[in-house]
Amino acid sequence: MPGVTIDKNHCKGCELCVRACPQQVLAMSRKIGLKGYFYAELFDSSRCIGCRICAITCPDAAIEVHTHGTTFTLFDY
Amino acid sequence: MAEQNTTIFARPEAMTETITHYCPGCTHGIIHRLVAEAIDTLGVRERTVGVAPVGCSVLAYNYFFTDFLEAPHGRAPALATGFKRLRPDMIVFTYQGDGDLASIGMAEIIHAANRGEKFTAIFVNNAIYGMTGGQMAPTTMPGQITTTCPSGRNVAQVGYPIKMVELLSGLVTPMYLERVSVHDPQHIVMAKRAIRKAFQYQIDNQCFSLIEVLSTCPTNWGKTPTEATDWLTEHLLPYYPLGCTKDFGTKEDNSGSV
Amino acid sequence: MAKILMKGNEAIAEAALKAGALNYFCYPITPQTEVAEYLARRMPEVGGVFLQGESELAVANMLFGASATGKRVFTTSSSPGISLMQEAISYMAGAQLPVVIVNIMRGGPGLGGILPAQSDYFQATKAGGHGDYRLLVLAPSTIQEAVDLMMLSFHLADKYRNPVMMIGDGMIGQMMEPVEFPDKYVEPEELPEKTWAATGAKGRKPYVIKSLFLDPVLLEKNSWVLHEKYEQMKKNEVRYERYKISEKNEILLVAYGTMARICQTAIDDLEAEGISVGLFRPITLFPFPEKQIQEEAVKKNVKNLLVIEMSTAQMCEDVERAVLGKKPIKFFGRTGGIVPAPEEVIQQIKQLLAKPKSASRKKA
Repeated sequence: MPGVTIDKNHCKGCELCVRACPQQVLAMSRKIGLKGYFYAELFDSSRCIGCRICAITCPDAAIEVHTHGTTFTLFDY
Repeated sequence: MAEQNTTIFARPEAMTETITHYCPGCTHGIIHRLVAEAIDTLGVRERTVGVAPVGCSVLAYNYFFTDFLEAPHGRAPALATGFKRLRPDMIVFTYQGDGDLASIGMAEIIHAANRGEKFTAIFVNNAIYGMTGGQMAPTTMPGQITTTCPSGRNVAQVGYPIKMVELLSGLVTPMYLERVSVHDPQHIVMAKRAIRKAFQYQIDNQCFSLIEVLSTCPTNWGKTPTEATDWLTEHLLPYYPLGCTKDFGTKEDNSGSV
Repeated sequence: MAKILMKGNEAIAEAALKAGALNYFCYPITPQTEVAEYLARRMPEVGGVFLQGESELAVANMLFGASATGKRVFTTSSSPGISLMQEAISYMAGAQLPVVIVNIMRGGPGLGGILPAQSDYFQATKAGGHGDYRLLVLAPSTIQEAVDLMMLSFHLADKYRNPVMMIGDGMIGQMMEPVEFPDKYVEPEELPEKTWAATGAKGRKPYVIKSLFLDPVLLEKNSWVLHEKYEQMKKNEVRYERYKISEKNEILLVAYGTMARICQTAIDDLEAEGISVGLFRPITLFPFPEKQIQEEAVKKNVKNLLVIEMSTAQMCEDVERAVLGKKPIKFFGRTGGIVPAPEEVIQQIKQLLAKPKSASRKKA
């Protein structure tokens, strides 16, 4: 099952990943990180498909994408 | 048999863990990562030197695990020329904004390109001067409001925005010129390919490369990061067409767009 | 090695090669273009790098990049070109990069003229660019001395990690004299390694060669580090020449470069007439031989100092600073590209001897 880890101290709350996610499983937390930004969170890990689009769009390299088992790679990156 | 977690996307090694000083949603972060990914994939980190500009990315040297030189405003192509001529075995890249490259540094980039200096130039075009607080740039759009054209860029007084890739395409010296964008994931993927190709050309000792990257500046455009990507799509993409105008690798000078 | 008859510009070029400086960036400007033309031919012969840039501005910045590799690099230019380089020189001083810059002075300000002058003294010694830095400045007066000081410049630039400027003038650049070079070329590989150079972050943390210190504490520290270097230069690198200074002198001439050479001829001619005049010739303009000039000035026999320059009085201010009002200082200058003949100098000296109190700091 794929999933993402979002570093809440690197995330600056720009919300680009929230819009980019094709599964719409990311949302902004109501808590703040080290620099005072609201950070993004994965709120429904069961629907994450590990496409990496959120990580690709993140300007702060705050998102790590991992998986175990079979994953489909949807495009070359 | 327990199944291991595999990381399929992480911060590239050539990029440090330092929290950047860039604004939320600033595409500098994406472009830095694409450059770092290219350096990692091509395995050249230990022989790469970057040249930092004056602009928001003046502190770029804090975010890469490579040696760096800090250039005076606009002069990065000259520093890169001096360095690369003496150390052609090293991979040299410059990273400049629109003020640095298209305004004060216009002579330096044109001549470095024309001489065919074999370094890779990353040109971040966000149609504004970011670091100094949002003044007009040579790439600012007609009617776009900035602090030094508060009624919008008046083309009758200051002319039209400069299209750097097209300008350099007029040079005869073979080089690789492409304009890309990082406003959405699909375009980021294509931008990464162009940046990697540019570095590969340098590794193969082929030619000068310049990748112009259309970027957002949410803070100085007065928009949220997502609104800024929409503004880029609506206003910058029509004027600054994406694609490759000169590709050293093909027989013809012009190849089709990506 | 046998003596060769060489043009000053070309001798300076060859001297750099002898010192293992095989990397030259340039822009043509009268009266030093021959350096570029000579090296365009010679550099490929010695396997070095020659590049004509698009402007002096670009060339100076190429020097920054080139110096960051750790190799010996240099350029030559003339007054207006040196003005263009000031930004990059300031950056190189702030980033502690060694580089040698030669200014073959011509008439100024502005486009000026193409004939010799000495009107860039302030630009060279008081730091033509912004910030708390100085250049080590050397002023030869013969072509042989230009060769020797050129080779020394690279050594000093490496020693102090600071830009070094050698200033000649159009006369030194253009005339021809027999010169002698050392037999052996310095090979770049023989030079000590520069541990700070940007050679690629292999097995070490990345080096950043920069002059930006946003934290004022760090920027202050950098400026004091630079300052300490200049204090060391003042202690160790002062160079000068005393010419026919004796207790019979009533007048002490102070001049440098080509002007000093003209003064020497004037002094020799006067000696034949039985008039004794001495010359103090600074060779380093920074660090300026303040102490030594003061020592000479306070001697009982010296009634006047006469500073002679091809300018409207620049080094004169440093002489005044050194003498601290202990003796009167007079000035004689020609500028605009006019090189005074020894007869003019003799006339000035005789006038001064006749009426020591009358002359003021004006063109005679």
